[in-house]
Amino acid sequence: MSAEASSVVDPHAAGHDDHGHDEHEHEHPKFLAHHFDTPVQQFESAKLGMWTFLVQELLFFSGLFVAYGVFRSWYPEAFSGASHELNKVMGAGNTIVLLFSSWTAAMAVRATQLGQKKMTSMFLLVTIACAFIFLGVKYFEYGAKFNEGLLPGKYFGHAYDVSSIFPASLGFHTNLEPSEHLPAHASSYFSLYFMMTGVHALHIIVGIGVLIWIWRRNERGEFSKEFFTPVDIAALYWHLVDLVWIYLFPLLYLID
Amino acid sequence: MGAVSTTAPARSHADTPDPNENYLKATRGIASWLFTLDHKRIGIMYLVLVLIAFALGGTFALLVRLELFTRGRTLMDADMYNRMFTLHGVVMVFLFIIPSIPAALGNFVLPIQLGAKDVAFPRLNLMSLYIYAFGACFAVYSMVDGAVDTGWTFYTPYSTTTNSAVIPMVLGAFIMGFSSILTGVNFLVTVHKLRAPGQTWTRLSLFTWALYATSIIQVLATPVLAITLLLLTMERFLGLGIFDPKLGGDPVLFQHFFWFYSHPAVYIMIVPGMGVVNEILSTFSRRAIVGYMFVAMSSLALALLGFLVWGHHLFVSGMSEYATMVFSALTFLVAIPSGVKVFNWVATLWKGSIRLESPMLYALSFIFLFTIGGLTGLFLGVLAIDVHLHDTYFVVAHFHYVMVGGTVMGFVGGLHYWWPKITGKLYDEKMAKFAWFFVFIGFNVTFVAQFIMGSRGMPRRYYDYLPEFEIFHKTSTIGSWILGFGFLTMAVMFVMSLKSGKKSTRNPWGSAALEWQTATPPPLANFVKVPTLTRGPYDYHLATEEELSEK
Repeated sequence: MSAEASSVVDPHAAGHDDHGHDEHEHEHPKFLAHHFDTPVQQFESAKLGMWTFLVQELLFFSGLFVAYGVFRSWYPEAFSGASHELNKVMGAGNTIVLLFSSWTAAMAVRATQLGQKKMTSMFLLVTIACAFIFLGVKYFEYGAKFNEGLLPGKYFGHAYDVSSIFPASLGFHTNLEPSEHLPAHASSYFSLYFMMTGVHALHIIVGIGVLIWIWRRNERGEFSKEFFTPVDIAALYWHLVDLVWIYLFPLLYLID
Repeated sequence: MGAVSTTAPARSHADTPDPNENYLKATRGIASWLFTLDHKRIGIMYLVLVLIAFALGGTFALLVRLELFTRGRTLMDADMYNRMFTLHGVVMVFLFIIPSIPAALGNFVLPIQLGAKDVAFPRLNLMSLYIYAFGACFAVYSMVDGAVDTGWTFYTPYSTTTNSAVIPMVLGAFIMGFSSILTGVNFLVTVHKLRAPGQTWTRLSLFTWALYATSIIQVLATPVLAITLLLLTMERFLGLGIFDPKLGGDPVLFQHFFWFYSHPAVYIMIVPGMGVVNEILSTFSRRAIVGYMFVAMSSLALALLGFLVWGHHLFVSGMSEYATMVFSALTFLVAIPSGVKVFNWVATLWKGSIRLESPMLYALSFIFLFTIGGLTGLFLGVLAIDVHLHDTYFVVAHFHYVMVGGTVMGFVGGLHYWWPKITGKLYDEKMAKFAWFFVFIGFNVTFVAQFIMGSRGMPRRYYDYLPEFEIFHKTSTIGSWILGFGFLTMAVMFVMSLKSGKKSTRNPWGSAALEWQTATPPPLANFVKVPTLTRGPYDYHLATEEELSEK
């Protein structure tokens, strides 16, 4: 059972450790898990794993994009009409916020690589703040849709007075009239609108959790010039969330 | 040594398990299992869960067959019967067969075959196990809460209108899907990045190749199921209307989405079984697999083609004629990689020194039964014939020949083959052969009868039947008892092995493959010294006497 006995046999065979640090080997830095030989191997594995996971994410969203394509081809006039109900200014604003947050995420990676712990934390916090701004804007957008009865599927046309949680002073007035001026099947558009943006918002929420976790690890001083993998792959995830929005925005808000 | 330990958090050496100790004894206590990061223990925990699911799904199957033993009501009413066949399907597909070979056997064997110490992401591996268990809880909750009567395919509009417990079951499948995706990601990276020195791509075992191809499908197809099931849940929950014609949606769209996953999923189920067959055939005919690269690439070809044929489930659902023709043609292409495998296996047997031990009996059963299952699939791919055979017992028999005759035979064969390596114990070979005999006979009796009645027009999933089908249903039910008896015998045999089995030697089968070169059971770090490979797993002509010896 002793570590002495094992390290004599072979340096590679020694040092199984469930927590990823290795106490009895010179060439194993603290961050290197027991089953990797070199930090490069560990970094490349993490990168490949994340990219594979992102492929999975794309396929996950692809179902919604296909549904969008199918429904758009069935009901082009409904999609055209309903898209004008969305607030383009808010959508564009959110797009800028997310693009900016992708830049700060990339800068956080760079700062870690340069060993600038404080800069890393700063960029991570700005990224997290952008994510909250995005969700805040979405909250008001959703609120407006609720007020106007622009709801998915069978709830379409049933307005819900949510003025108590969405103050009118912010410019959202309750409109309890069902939107009868919209073409038939606009309800399908809003089903897809809420599913697509909802699933995307869920990814933003998960991203906030991940970024806060990375920020705390950075505060604890876990990252260095030699070990920045978690920041790197968290940023990769954040870029994907941004990328999906880059497609959602024109598809839902802009094209006629 | 020990120079770093001043900076690393000091932990007493007594806490650190010895990597060269037998993995079953290196650490002790229930927590050492529940929080283990060792791929071998995670594999075993998967194995236990998967076998429980198999027993459960098998019980449902026996009840379905028992109900059909006589015309009219035998045991349960029609509503209960609908729930039974649905539960049989859901449990067997999502809880048993998808994780069976990759997550249970693959988890144990894959890193050892690569010469690695573990999978690339051990914590993610443990997380996959818990996600699977969490999803399974939802499925069990659904069963307690009145279960589901839609069939395992959850077709809309019935699944959005029935008042059975669809949402928990669908969410269970949704959650288990992520377990499958994460296992796929883990295996892909492991194969790419954790191969031992000298473990080149052309020296990988064909089981590894099969798991690699399977992982690709798991990563690419499962998320589509996830979003489909999410849409289905929201359809029930919020009345989304995507699949509801009343609200401008289309139920056929659900079928497209569902089969875009579920047809590739068929290859998630069968390709690992094919992988196991390679290992067993090579070991028990003491010969290299003929056409190694063809067999390896045929796994990838199946992974690719699997994505292009989903439409053949919708030939009678309302698709354009041109689309059906394309899907039909693509379906026939699947026969090519499948044929490559079968012919290469048969060629491997030629002039091999064949030993008919229990794993080999299952591997040979696989070839025989899978060939029948595969060829009957071609009948169904023919447009005109499919109109007649669609939704009959012919389809049921076809996919059971592939799923049970193929995957389950591969899984059980692999379980026999690696059992000594996993547990360190031998089992009673005579009893294993006895069990095999009943499994093989019982399976064929059950499903040949279904081929015949299906071709005569007996629809699947019906509660009752016309008098002319009685003889076939009776035969099929009797076959299910023989099959059940076979599996029961096997279970007793394995339990006896655990309790009082003889200690296994290092290499009881005299195999040249890498996993048999390390101790039995393997040490915690899989190998005492990281192996450097100079040959492939099937190179019997290059293996030394010492490597092939039992000790």
